[in-house]
Amino acid sequence: MIKLNVNGEERRFDGDPEMPLLWYLRDELGLTGTKFGCGVAACGACTIHVGGAAMRACQTPVSAADGQPVVTIEGLSPDGNHPVQAAWRELNVAQCGYCQTGQIMQAAALLKDTPKPTDADIDAQMSGNLCRCGTYPRIRAAIKQAAGLTPKAGQGDRL
Amino acid sequence: MIHDLSSFLKAAPAEEPDSTITKPTPGQLSRRGLLAGAGALVLALSLKPQGVSAAEKGFGADGMPHGWRDDPTLFVAIAPDGTVTVTCTRSEMGQGVRTSVAFVVADELDADWAKVKVAQAHGDEERFGNQDTDGSRSLRHFFMPLRRAGAAARTMLIEAAAAQWRVPASEVTAENHALVHTKSGRRIGFGEVAQAAASIPVPDRSKVTLKDPSAFRYIGKGRVGLIDNVGITTGTAQYGLDTRVEGMLYAVVARPPVFGGKVKSFDEAAALKVPGVVKVVTIDPPAPPYEFMPTGGVAVIARNTWAAIKGREALNATFDDGPNASYDSDAYRATLEQAVRKPGKVVRQEGDVDAAMKKAVKRLEAEYYIPHLVQAPMEPPAATVRIGKDGKIEAWGCVQSPQAARDRIAKRLGIDPKNVTVNVTLLGGGFGRKSKPDYFVEAALCSKAVDGAPVKMTWTREDDLHNGYYHTVSVERLEAGLDDKGMPIAWLHRSAAPTIGSTFVAGANEQIPIELGMGLVNVPFNIPNMRMENPPADAHVRIGWFRSVSNIPRAFAVQSFLDELAHMAGRDPKDYLLDVIGPARILDPVKLGDAWNYGEDPSRYPFDTGRLRGVIEAVAKGAGWGRKVEKGRGLGIAAHYSFVTYTAAVAEVEVGPKGEVTVQRVDIAIDSGQQVNPERVRSQLEGAVVMGMGLALTAQITFKNGRAVQDNYDTYELTRINDAPKIINVHLVQGGGWDKPLGGVGEPGVPPVAPAIANAIFAATGRRIRQLPMRDKLSA
Repeated sequence: MIKLNVNGEERRFDGDPEMPLLWYLRDELGLTGTKFGCGVAACGACTIHVGGAAMRACQTPVSAADGQPVVTIEGLSPDGNHPVQAAWRELNVAQCGYCQTGQIMQAAALLKDTPKPTDADIDAQMSGNLCRCGTYPRIRAAIKQAAGLTPKAGQGDRL
Repeated sequence: MIHDLSSFLKAAPAEEPDSTITKPTPGQLSRRGLLAGAGALVLALSLKPQGVSAAEKGFGADGMPHGWRDDPTLFVAIAPDGTVTVTCTRSEMGQGVRTSVAFVVADELDADWAKVKVAQAHGDEERFGNQDTDGSRSLRHFFMPLRRAGAAARTMLIEAAAAQWRVPASEVTAENHALVHTKSGRRIGFGEVAQAAASIPVPDRSKVTLKDPSAFRYIGKGRVGLIDNVGITTGTAQYGLDTRVEGMLYAVVARPPVFGGKVKSFDEAAALKVPGVVKVVTIDPPAPPYEFMPTGGVAVIARNTWAAIKGREALNATFDDGPNASYDSDAYRATLEQAVRKPGKVVRQEGDVDAAMKKAVKRLEAEYYIPHLVQAPMEPPAATVRIGKDGKIEAWGCVQSPQAARDRIAKRLGIDPKNVTVNVTLLGGGFGRKSKPDYFVEAALCSKAVDGAPVKMTWTREDDLHNGYYHTVSVERLEAGLDDKGMPIAWLHRSAAPTIGSTFVAGANEQIPIELGMGLVNVPFNIPNMRMENPPADAHVRIGWFRSVSNIPRAFAVQSFLDELAHMAGRDPKDYLLDVIGPARILDPVKLGDAWNYGEDPSRYPFDTGRLRGVIEAVAKGAGWGRKVEKGRGLGIAAHYSFVTYTAAVAEVEVGPKGEVTVQRVDIAIDSGQQVNPERVRSQLEGAVVMGMGLALTAQITFKNGRAVQDNYDTYELTRINDAPKIINVHLVQGGGWDKPLGGVGEPGVPPVAPAIANAIFAATGRRIRQLPMRDKLSA
């Protein structure tokens, strides 16, 4: 029996301990904000926080999260107003939006460790998160805005 | 995009009008229930046919299967609390269509954006008009019908208020979600008159007064946030893969790795031993052409996705590879090169190219190679299907053409499409892949095999790369003869590429009009002698459309070649490009050999070389063309016409000593006529630059032994944030006024990017790369 804490709720799982957290979260718990993109940790769409660190849920077996707090996009902030989420909306970052929950989780982890990231920090920490729509210029701008490095801009004002 | 494929595809049988707009459906799709739920009032239905039927020759939306609708009862519902719900009939895949459609209607309605919601239409083209969301057509075709729908609903609200107050309707105006009678100072909210308005007949469209554009509040302003922003940023937005239905099972399929292959053996017992696996089902391939039907294979149905994946591994399925077992993309490149070195079918001819070539002072010939690509949207194909005890089928999924999904499910199961409801979720990217609903048919066959239980079909990324509808592979050969001033007097272009037509007609090996009209025949150059030829090319994989389609190879080849000619002539590439285009003039697309013209009326959408010149001038100015750049850097320019829109790009590229390419900056200009949502036009162009850069430098699908070599995003390399240009400047060129036709936006940004980068690499290094992707050619 594996014990987990997902978004503050205690959970128990007695299925295949090798099942990636991705499928556990999505299929068993219905937390579909964590996305499937590649299954091989090559795109970052499934990024979650395990023990406070950004992890790829598709390559993290449920057993690896035993006893660890797991936070998904649904649990990032109680009201959806984490500074990263707010900046994402203010700059209309998303196109299709599918990868953006993973981008937001990665960006939130980046800002936790590096509150005032440089472009090089952003490149290093965000390059594992693919966006096929190509929203990178706005992701970069939104991270800087969330970090307070740039003045708050309204929708589409800057870009 | 492929509207002419309607000639290949059967239109859905006519459906009886049905006054039931909607019914509640599970999960996220209950938002459809907004129309009928919560006491909302649906305006009176009128179901007069609109648009020209697909059987008649029509242009624009008239030429699309099931045409267009502007009936407000289809698009607008107003609840007693005033909430306006706009129904979006087009699929959202990142272009912002749900936002734009909603605010176009809201603007004409004089609604308050804060009180506007959007509902997604299910697939029913008899009711909603064409819903095939590709070809950069949504606003191009539906802007005016949506305006009329909004204006008609406003008219009905005004009449209802006027009747209630017993005043002439001409004295009542709509203002920010309310009706106002200025004389008496009376004011009433939309919600309070909605019920009365619903009983008023829909006005004839000729009697509906559209807003004066100077009064637009949302249209053309670009100040509206995405209507799905909250869901997207909090993880509650529902994509196809997120569908959850009570009692749902999960499936994946082991498919033949080679196009045309068939299942040989598999170990059903081993798969069933995997905990959670409930059933193994064989899916038969269709007789060619495959069209939108599944390729066949063995499905594993399980209690969760992981068990299905493990079960598929345990199957150990083997396949007979069939006629394409030896397909090798390197060898096929040589085949295409041989093909373009011999005369092919002439598809456009002006003057006498052979005689002019003999007179030329200088000549240049060059061949450009553009490999297969796959769309690889971040959300792979996904569909869920449930078959009720009454035989009614309900499907959910990410699909660009829900009517196509409906028709194919019905065809494969041998039932009436009326009994199939396809609910459209958000699409996690589309790029053409999700126009082809083979995965819906797979889900339906799986559901049938488990007595109609809901089954979610998941494609893994490997499935997506190995079993795609691939962008074609092509060799484009260009020859030109220059006069003593360095200007071309003779132009020969041969294009050899497997055709999309082969997906619909087995054995088709000549390009179809839509492919010829994507920059092969319809170049607007001021060259007296031109010949374009199309040698045959056989398809060995499923060929499909990828964002901007054949414009990718054409723009890369033609715009690279013009840059080569400019340097040969000792001219500035931008000036030379403008001179080859020649003076501003209006050209008839038909006379350019393009009877297709993106399905648009050539008299409304002629080829305007002034607009092409305009975007070149705009991007040159914006990019500071001609400025000095740092050592190791270069500027390259390219322009292209596609989807009745004009684009031009300037790339600033740095090439390091070991051949490392960095795209420092890209400027891109677009003239798509008036731009309804400039903020989304910018985002589409930013994205197009990134996608264009990926195919320019790193992305390709190669084949060995009939199999796609690349498995996942580690080997199918797409542009990441660290490689993306730090600066992308979008220059919007608007003009013509709101009474002029609109151009496409979603696709036209892609084509000029790769040649601009190639030309910049040449400027930086003196090295001409004539094939995509280019990165490894520089480091070699």
